[in-house]
Amino acid sequence: MKHLRSVDELGVDGLRRLLDLSDHMAEINRRSVPKVPALRNKTVVSLFFEDSTRTRLSFETAAKRLSADTMTFSVGTSSVNKGESLRDTIETVAAMGIDAFVVRHKSSGVPWQISRWTEASVVNAGDGWHEHPTQALLDCYTIRTALNRPDGFDGLHIAIVGDIKHSRVARSDVWAFAALGARVTLVAPHTLLPPSLQGWPVDVVHHIDDIIDRVDVLYMLRMQRERMHEALVPSLREYTARFGLTPDRADRLQQHTLVMHPGPMNRGVEMAVDPSELPGSVITQQVTNGVSVRMAVLFDLLGSGSALAGEAS
Amino acid sequence: MSNESRQGSTVIKGGTVLDQRGEQRLDVRVEGGVITEVGALLRGDHTLDASGCMVSPGFVDLHVHLREPGREEAETIETGSRAAARGGFTAIVAMPNTEPPHDSLAVVQMVRRLGAEAGLCEVLPSGCITMGRAGEVLAPMAELAAAGVQIFTDDGAGVQDPLLMRRALEYGKSLGILLAQHCEVSRLTMGAVMHEGGCCARLGVAGWPSVAEELMVFRDIELSRLTGAPVHFLHLSTAKSVDLVRGAKAEGLLVTAEAAPHHFTLTDEMLNGFDPIFKVNPPLRELTDVIAVKRGLADGTIDAIATDHAPHASELKEMPLDQAPPGMLGLETSLALSISELGLDLQQVVALLSWQPAAIAGVAHRHGRALEVGAPANITVFDPDLTWTVTSAGMASKSRNTPYAGRSVRGKVRHTVFDGNVVVLDSEAQR
Repeated sequence: MKHLRSVDELGVDGLRRLLDLSDHMAEINRRSVPKVPALRNKTVVSLFFEDSTRTRLSFETAAKRLSADTMTFSVGTSSVNKGESLRDTIETVAAMGIDAFVVRHKSSGVPWQISRWTEASVVNAGDGWHEHPTQALLDCYTIRTALNRPDGFDGLHIAIVGDIKHSRVARSDVWAFAALGARVTLVAPHTLLPPSLQGWPVDVVHHIDDIIDRVDVLYMLRMQRERMHEALVPSLREYTARFGLTPDRADRLQQHTLVMHPGPMNRGVEMAVDPSELPGSVITQQVTNGVSVRMAVLFDLLGSGSALAGEAS
Repeated sequence: MSNESRQGSTVIKGGTVLDQRGEQRLDVRVEGGVITEVGALLRGDHTLDASGCMVSPGFVDLHVHLREPGREEAETIETGSRAAARGGFTAIVAMPNTEPPHDSLAVVQMVRRLGAEAGLCEVLPSGCITMGRAGEVLAPMAELAAAGVQIFTDDGAGVQDPLLMRRALEYGKSLGILLAQHCEVSRLTMGAVMHEGGCCARLGVAGWPSVAEELMVFRDIELSRLTGAPVHFLHLSTAKSVDLVRGAKAEGLLVTAEAAPHHFTLTDEMLNGFDPIFKVNPPLRELTDVIAVKRGLADGTIDAIATDHAPHASELKEMPLDQAPPGMLGLETSLALSISELGLDLQQVVALLSWQPAAIAGVAHRHGRALEVGAPANITVFDPDLTWTVTSAGMASKSRNTPYAGRSVRGKVRHTVFDGNVVVLDSEAQR
């Protein structure tokens, strides 16, 4: 594997390989000294053109636990002028001898553009509304471990609730969940769905109550307040009434149902309950697992065979 | 061989004359800027070899962005004229979205003067419909019309206000000029990056729905009916738009339309790699639209092939897809794509490139005329069978944003004669 830009280009075999590898990384993370020399002398650059806390820290932690050298290039919310110099930025940093770029950008497709300008590997850490493949990996890994489904998701029913249209998480998760065999239902009004779902392996309902008591995984997406200005829903109050996880609805979940969220949460909007009071919540595990799957990704891209053995010196 | 020193007559020899009357193996003699004789085995002071080639009236492009004034790093009137001449065009309509735009006599006259100084083709400045193309106040249409402007458009944007468009049509009707609409209801295309459909949904970018074009096509057909003023539709891109124009023509309304080569050769799937080289406005659409545009060109619904030649500096086309400006080069590939992709006979292709757009531009007395004695010597000589590979470095345009680099195409302009001068000889510009 040269790049990780989308779930699509990973394929189902790549997905399974990385999930298996994540088990190994999780084992390393449980050690008293969670560090191995696997990527010593490799340099990983985080290029974050859009603010992010958890994803950036998760990648940096992953790289450090594999003993890679890390650099961070943080740009605030990108301006047009910053966009104009994207290629120069990449070529300048690449000239320092870089093995991988971890890229977050508010514009869809930037990882593809960058991969045309550098020999280094490119990892998509979220591009616009398009994809967030390591989020999909950590979500799959979380479901796999929490429901003990190492062989796949056949027979599982997963609902993704909320603003699918503007969600890179949904655009990665749908394909990853489906590739592993799950049935995926999108729960949203048409204003928050992509303009076409042709070819998407999903079904759609328009009210959370239609699926609340029958799904195995309830995946809640963040409802961004700025969407109110675009007439996509009349009000947050109405959104919560139809699509929010309220205490009443939490009571109707099956015992084993997992509740997931990519963060950051909007308390009182899509999450109208305290997730710490939800027995099925695995939101914290998602964050923990993020480090393991990102270690797996970096190792798969940059590592070589036996380097995982042994402890860091 | 410099044209300026070229005295006497030139015979275009050994080719097949292709014009409104059909095809015939004939030589054409040109002298003093006009055709002086058409016949077999002509002699002259100079000879232009046309063996294996078609000799046709010069091409006319209704839709060219020359970027000067304001964006000279992307194109100038001279470099754009050179690209036009190499594409076989003897007249081009310069779109008004320069900085400043074509909303004053000074800018319009400057564009025409710089075109004349370049001397590679006739540059016909369009005029803005509204001041600053802002859609609020009418531009001085009568003053610009008196200075020779024939086509008025706010291209790059559509006139959103239906009342203002109605007034522009009514006012323009009394001036004998033509309004050309860029059909886009902008409230439906806020932030749009590409065609709204399956690809856009998967790629996670904002979509440009077909209906945003079709609503304005429909509105302006009805406003043309109401006012009795003619309307020209720029760069039609959707199947429904073609149907609407077909219906309006069947009713005898005064509508004409053009289509750009990229809308009959490329689809939205080209954007799967997120390369802004394929970003254009209106956007590349679906295969059904491509087929409908081709059919519209074949059955006469669409009157002209117009390139929407839109040069942009490389660094702008390397911006993220949602920030990069829309537009692609067109002048130097239009003939080849038309021959290669439309499946029409050559006379129909040349009609769409030459005399039909010449009539819309109001220059049919100078361009696109049948090759008869006395006609102005605006002539294109092209080899319809020559296969060549498009390269961005091989363009005369100052910019490199062709979406066709690496593509093998058939048909190439060999010579272009503008105003009696050989401005392109063996595919090379002569000035």
